[in-house]
Formats: sequence, C-alpha cells, structure tokens
Amino acid sequence: MGSRYFDHAATTAMDPRVTQAMMPYFTEQFGNPNSLYTLGRDAARALEDARTRVAAGIGAAQPAEVVFTSGGSESDNEAFFSILRKVAPEGGHIITSAYEHDAVLNTAKWLAKHGYDLDLVRPRKDGHVYADDVGALICKDTKLVSIMHSNNEIGAINDIRSIAARAHEAGALMHTDAVQSLGKVPFSVVDLDVDLASFTAHKLHGPKGVGALYLKRGVRFDALIKGGGQETRRRSGTQNVAGAVGFATAIELALADRDSEATRLSALRDRVIDGLTSRLENVQATVTQGDRLPNLASLLVKGVEGESMLLQLDNLGFSVSTGSACSSGSLEPSHVLLAIGVPQVIAHGSLRVSLGRDNTEQDVDDFIEALVPIIEKLRAMSPVYTKMFCGPDAITF
Amino acid sequence: MIYSEKVMDHFRNPRNVGKIEDADGEGEVGNPVCGDIMNITIAVDDADTITDCKFQTLGCGAAIATSSIVTELVKGRNIQDAVKLSKQDVADELDGLPAVKMHCSVLATDGLKVAIDDYLKKHGREPLSGEIKSADPNFDPHGEEESAEGEDD
Repeated sequence: MGSRYFDHAATTAMDPRVTQAMMPYFTEQFGNPNSLYTLGRDAARALEDARTRVAAGIGAAQPAEVVFTSGGSESDNEAFFSILRKVAPEGGHIITSAYEHDAVLNTAKWLAKHGYDLDLVRPRKDGHVYADDVGALICKDTKLVSIMHSNNEIGAINDIRSIAARAHEAGALMHTDAVQSLGKVPFSVVDLDVDLASFTAHKLHGPKGVGALYLKRGVRFDALIKGGGQETRRRSGTQNVAGAVGFATAIELALADRDSEATRLSALRDRVIDGLTSRLENVQATVTQGDRLPNLASLLVKGVEGESMLLQLDNLGFSVSTGSACSSGSLEPSHVLLAIGVPQVIAHGSLRVSLGRDNTEQDVDDFIEALVPIIEKLRAMSPVYTKMFCGPDAITF
Repeated sequence: MIYSEKVMDHFRNPRNVGKIEDADGEGEVGNPVCGDIMNITIAVDDADTITDCKFQTLGCGAAIATSSIVTELVKGRNIQDAVKLSKQDVADELDGLPAVKMHCSVLATDGLKVAIDDYLKKHGREPLSGEIKSADPNFDPHGEEESAEGEDD
C-alpha cells in the first residue's frame, strides 16, 4: 500500500479483479453478443448479466434502463441530443449549470447555437447549485434540465432530488452527470427521480472506454449513434462485452467498500486541507459547506501558479491536478472556479487532490511535507505575492 | 503538451532569481489575471554592457524557464545587442516551447526591453523599443494567439 498518485478524479488504476473478470471476453469468449450461435449467446449472457449488475449499482428499477456507452462524454452527448431530437426537434429551452463538465457544457452550448435556448444556472459561492436558482429559470418551454450530481473539480454534491422535482413540475426531463459520484457516495437514480444519468467505469478502478447512460423506462429517445440497432436501438455498434463486465465488477467492488472508504478518505481529505491551511498562510479549501465528495480536496493556493506547483510535485513523484490556465493549454483558468466567483488571480493557483484506495495517512503527510516548501519557494520567486495577498488590499475569495 | 529537458532544467533550477538592489533598469510586464507577471532588473556599466540580470516571476513552468534563460543570455551583452533578443531566440535556446506557451517567451523579452528602456530613460537617452504592450497591466497576451485546434461549432 501507499501511493503518491493523488488524481483519482482524473482516472484510476484498474483493479486486478476487474482485469481478471474481463480477460475471458478478450480471448476465448470473444463472441459478438448479437450472433445467434453459442459463442454469441454466451457473450450476450455476459453482457446482460453486466447490465443487471450495473443497473443494481446505480439503483435503476430495471436492467433495460441501462445503455452501455463509450464513457461519460458519450453518455452526456446522448442524453442531450437523443432526448431533444425526440421531444423538441424544433428547439426548446434547456437549463444546465455554468460549472458542468465540458462534455455537458459544450454540448449545451452547441445546441444553443443551433436553435435551442440555453440558460446556465450559476452555482453559489459555496459551490452548490440550488433548486431555487434552477426553478427561477424554468419556463413552460423548458424541455431538459441537466445538473451534475457532484462537481469534478471542487467536489460539491448537489441536491439533485430537489432540482429534479422542479424540472418535473414544469414537465421537463432531468439529467445528471454522476461520473464522480458513483461508488463514492450513496447514489440511486430511483431515489433521485432522474430521467437520465451518465456514468463511466474508469473513475472507479474499471476500464477506460466504457460507461453507461441511464434512460428511465418510457422516456422517448432518438438514438444518436445509428447503425445495427444494438442496445435495443438506443446505441448502435457491437457492444464492448469485456468493458461492460469490467464496469459491472468495478461497481460491485466499489460499493462493497463504499461506506468504510468514504469514512477513511474523508479523514484523509481533511488531513490534506488541515495540514496545508495550518502550515501556510493564504491557503483555503474551495468548498467548506454542504455535501462534498469524500475523496476530493480542492484548495486555493494564493500567489502561486498551479502548473508550477503541479510540475514541482511531479518532480517528487506526486500526481495532482490544477485548474490553472497554463496547465490545460486552454489559457483560461478553470470555468468551475470562475463560476463560483473565485477571482481569476486566485483561480490560477487552484489545486485538486483526489484520493483513492491506495493512499495512506503517511502518503498525505509526505505530500504536505513536500508541498509546503514548494509553495514557499514559488511565492518567494513572485514579484507580486506580498503586494497582492498580504496587504490591506489583499485579493480574497 | 510536453516541455523540453532544458525548459524543465531552468524551471527546476532557475538561474538568477531575485531583484538587483539599486538596479540600473527595471521592467515589469504581464497581467495577474492571465497568471504571468515578470520583473527583470539589470545592472549596466558605462560601456552599456549588462553586467548583471535577475528575475522574479509568477507564472507557469514556461514563464519561469524563459525568464531564467533570458537572464543568462543577456549577461555580458551590450544593450544594443540584448534588445534584439526575440521570442524565437528564447524558445530556440530552450530547445523549443509548446505553441500555447510562446507568449511566455514574449513576456521574458518584453521584460528585458522595458528594463533596458528604463535604464536609457534614467540617463536621458532615447528608448530603443518604443511601446511594449505587455507593460500595460491590462494587456492580454493570449489575445494574439490563434487556435490551431478544431472548434466545436
């Protein structure tokens, strides 16, 4: 045990038990689940078994409500395009939040350029999207509301059940991107009463390239990917049987340990936050109120550029993430941090530490020991740190 | 986006960090909103030769590396020669920079030019570089770049 990998919200290592469960479907059980002979029928059985297990893992009422996809981005795209082309082919009103993952945000923005009306609800300063704020934007023409269950950069968990209730009152459908939540916190599509939800396997020690879209029974749908009509005409293309089996196995493993891991990881998360904020001035947790992912610490390190921090940590073997402009090549700091009102000059110094099953207390302590002098050194190298963050005109969030 | 070994070397072990006391010339360029600010100080002798150069930078790996190498490149050079240092020269000296980071090398050479002009003005002489856009705190260095990537529309 022990790992300096602190970027589990980006991706995770495959669990060896997941790999083992998948292996037969690459080799001797390689059949196409749509073929009628024995090899195909065996593959179909494995696929349907995986569907049943994934459905149970997300709290769906029926296995048929699970559509296997290539991952979170495809699920998000399918949710928007396939629903809207059916229920509002001539256009209509859609609502999503300003801090969604790009897979939702850029899809919604594309639709806004092509005949749909888009409203972006702003999360509040505490990092959460409020049902009242969504409700204020809903109108009689609202067709789809999409709000993420938990935010991938800051870890805030939203009250999707209340937001779904507002959407349904107005006759709109409700989608949630639950990519970061599955396996980390209690999650059930039935309890939340959503119509659509997106998931991916690789965030919970499953394989990359496989995910799922939950599609509530009775929701009308015009498949985005046309072809041979697989997945009961909801997603064409020969199914990724090994991937589906891996996803199902990964969910079961994650759920078996979920509550004990949540307790352990939230203590580690707080150890990261407390360790850094007690040792350094001008460091703060981005989200301090309401529900948060147990494994994600989002920190604002004032007066330091995030990429510099990331590369210095990498030099010592630590992997973390930042919302700084320079790290992404996009040249703008994180849209998530800007959406909750973090000033740009502070957003450049954001740090995301996302913990996982191999991280120990010792790893966290080593990380803090490594990071404190890095921050001190970078601040000492800055021509403006004292001026911007230590005087009477200090910039704050 | 991958940095060259030389960029990483200058980033990990930056040369000439700090501020020259009673500098003959000082230049500060960049914009905290964009995330990069550089301060370059120079010492110049009577023959217009740069005898010392130091930097302070808030910014990414490329911003720190380009500042660092500029301080090395100009020491011992005449100001007439140093002012000709281009962003491409800086990038070449670092064995290349990712396209999205080229603006960092502009900032480093701009900081130097502002410092040289500051020195000249202090001595009642004509500046060599004229207006430096990045010396304006509201200048957006990213605005001049073109995206080579696909767009979603």
